[in-house]
Amino acid sequence: MSDAETTIRATGGRAPDVFRLGGWVPMREYREADEVDFAIVGTGGGGGTLACRLAEAGFSVVAFDAGAYWRPLEDFASDEHHQSKLYWTDERISDGENPIQLGSNNSGKSVGGSTVHFAMVSLRFRPEWFKSRTLLGYGADWPLDWREMWGYYGEVENALKIAGPVSYPWGPKRPRYPYRAHEMNAAARVLARGCDAQGYRWTETPLATVSAPRGESPPCVYRGFCTLGCSTNAKQSALVTWLPRALAAGAEIRDLAMVGRIETNEAGRATGVQYHRDGRWRFQKARNVVVAGYAIETPRLLLMSATTRFPDGLGNSSGLVGKYLTVQGNQAVWGQCEDEIRSYKGPPSLAVTEHFNYHDEGKDFHGGYCWMSQGPLPMLWGGTLAGDRGLWGEALVAEMQRYNHSVGLKVVSEYMPQERNTVTLADETDRYGLPIARVTYSWCDNDKRMNRHALDQMRMSLAGAGATELWEQENDTCHLNGTARMGSDPATSVVDSDCRSWDIPNLWVCDGSVFPTVGGVNPSLTIQAIACRTADRIAALAKRGDLERRSVLTGS
Amino acid sequence: MSNERQDLYPGYDVLAKRDTPSWNEQTREVIDARLALDPEGHSFFTDAEWATLKALVDRIVPQPASRTAPIPVAAMVDEKMRGPGDGFRIASLPPMGEAWRRGLAALAAEAEERHGRRFHEIGTAEQDAIVRDAKEGRGKEAAWAGLPPKEFFSHRVVPDVVKSYYAHPTAWNEIGWGGPASPRGYVRMDFNRRDPWEAAEAKPGQEEKARRENRRVGR
Ligand SMILES: Cc1cc2nc3c(=O)[nH]c(=O)nc-3n(C[C@H](O)[C@H](O)[C@H](O)COP(=O)(O)OP(=O)(O)OC[C@H]3O[C@@H](n4cnc5c(N)ncnc54)[C@H](O)[C@@H]3O)c2cc1C
Ligand code: SF4
Repeated sequence: MSDAETTIRATGGRAPDVFRLGGWVPMREYREADEVDFAIVGTGGGGGTLACRLAEAGFSVVAFDAGAYWRPLEDFASDEHHQSKLYWTDERISDGENPIQLGSNNSGKSVGGSTVHFAMVSLRFRPEWFKSRTLLGYGADWPLDWREMWGYYGEVENALKIAGPVSYPWGPKRPRYPYRAHEMNAAARVLARGCDAQGYRWTETPLATVSAPRGESPPCVYRGFCTLGCSTNAKQSALVTWLPRALAAGAEIRDLAMVGRIETNEAGRATGVQYHRDGRWRFQKARNVVVAGYAIETPRLLLMSATTRFPDGLGNSSGLVGKYLTVQGNQAVWGQCEDEIRSYKGPPSLAVTEHFNYHDEGKDFHGGYCWMSQGPLPMLWGGTLAGDRGLWGEALVAEMQRYNHSVGLKVVSEYMPQERNTVTLADETDRYGLPIARVTYSWCDNDKRMNRHALDQMRMSLAGAGATELWEQENDTCHLNGTARMGSDPATSVVDSDCRSWDIPNLWVCDGSVFPTVGGVNPSLTIQAIACRTADRIAALAKRGDLERRSVLTGS
Repeated sequence: MSNERQDLYPGYDVLAKRDTPSWNEQTREVIDARLALDPEGHSFFTDAEWATLKALVDRIVPQPASRTAPIPVAAMVDEKMRGPGDGFRIASLPPMGEAWRRGLAALAAEAEERHGRRFHEIGTAEQDAIVRDAKEGRGKEAAWAGLPPKEFFSHRVVPDVVKSYYAHPTAWNEIGWGGPASPRGYVRMDFNRRDPWEAAEAKPGQEEKARRENRRVGR
């Protein structure tokens, strides 16, 4: 079928037109010897957004992605098994007291990054989370102001034409969502019934899939394969939003291009990237390098780029590159309904309650969480019943037959940043000869108390909605953040508020890695908002002549 | 929990939708290839491993004897061994292929030790006892030789065997899933609403009605 995984598509002055079968759009190309303004590693939520905004600001940009350049209309089958081609399937090792599941669960490898198979939930942070240490007494403060972020959230919501409710029940005032909310499916109605029984507010989830035609995107047809890639282009992924804009503004995108090393010179500045494409290693010269490979590949690349001058990896004078990996809880409660639910129809999470993100009384833990309705497809559901509920044999196949009556609620919760949760380099190497990542994760007591609280609440909610035979899926997590945290002190952070390395002034990190805390909502809206802000900051710094050097000396 | 497989969606065949707007060309291609898989085809596993694997998958996802074309689960697992992996492995397990070879050898050794026969030659109750012990982490150290049985079960057997089974249209028929849905998705989203191209569930005493409706999903 598709040759995208084996054949470079973005080359020869053109890139795939993601909206047309076999179509192309013109693409500007740079020579490797051209010193481009920005070489960006990764084209997902962070890198794709930044590539667009920097190119539109007039910078020369080349963005690299290890993944394929898909045309969803011709390359995406309506099939759970086949579409695993969207995941990061190179080996990684997972350990710690609570090893996390990677691959399908949280990392993509595609032009467009994990947004190609994300679930489109687009939520803003609670304002206090940007100062959680000062205001709420846990985690770390962000060097960002929520009021500024509120503006950037608005920009991203408009860029993606987020479909959501007219008025949002929690937090400070926000404009109404650009597109009307999607119709709720039965699974979402169960969430609403449960919340009504508990006296909690709920709403239609703001989603990055259009509820009315938008340019080349038709409205969502409720096929429910969102986490396997959207074959209709209703989903507003980076692939179909930021990247076409980036190309139109003169950015070059290199698909099937794995960056293995960032080069630095004697003066301690980044000079460009070594990348593997078309069977061999190549070098692209650049004035600035941005790492946007998500919270495992970003620290891996920084660590792999060590030199005698930077023996612990790039940007790592704080020793924190790869530390404070922070995921989110993703526990669930499942049950049975007399009614037919058929949760496979529609985007998986059509309703949400953020009650415990905004309501702190009575909590015996720090942090917040939201929960959402769910719509697992059969492979995922079979894996859940076998892996988490322990069913096999006749018990498994019989329980699977109740698929259409099964319903569940799943949390996205705020785990605490802990220095001991890490990404490090293993001795084993991958097919490029690069050391693979070792990911180490353990829950702290606070995480465990929050898991318990959320499971109890969701159990009450499902029961209140009339579901029976409830059982708990205790061991799931989602989203990866925090391995190159931002801060206002070079001793305790890797990058500053502009996502700029404290150590190497022309090295930047722009993806989920920069989060000092994760909040109780899915991260991608915040990742994209930060990327927009970073682009504006870079343009402002350039104007002042501060892009080449740090003019204000900060830190120790 | 219900513990018996039923004919809940009588007459439902998701393949009847193959030429409807629910399936596009690339989906037809992918599913055709899956259906064409040779149930005996294996190039990763040795013949001895293959015999153990087939016996194991029959215990994990048993199929009715009446099924004329059983889902080729073992062949699907063999195929997976030749492709990319899951993108990670838990530190206590070796890489995918090696974990399977050692896990199958361990099951064979358990059978040998307990019954003096090979895993696929012992009775299903005996096989189940070995599987249950492995799943609970009670494997005999001599047989497992450092491979943690519990992790082998939850991180290899589950993702590879269970997910293979539910990647097959025959399994979709059994659970009444709508199957591929592109470009046409779904329209009726509320409780107890079904689009005419979705499986109809047999309510007690109304099996014939469901059968009639299921005959029409491909129209
Ligand atoms: C199943 C699933 C559902 C999700 N649902 C939601 C949701 O509903 N809402 C939400 O907000 N978030 C969701 N997420 C998370 C969201 O997708 C990510 O948080 C977000 O995409 C991260 O953005 P990023 O830029 O940090 O990384 P990514 O979007 O993952 O982009 C990183 C890119 O960098 C590339 N790359 C990495 N290293 C290299 C290298 N060395 N050389 C070249 N390329 C490289 C990768 O191939 C990848 O394409 C979901 C994720 C998954 C997997
Ligand atoms: S449900 Fe909507 S967003 Fe999801 S895959 Fe289908 S068309 Fe795309």
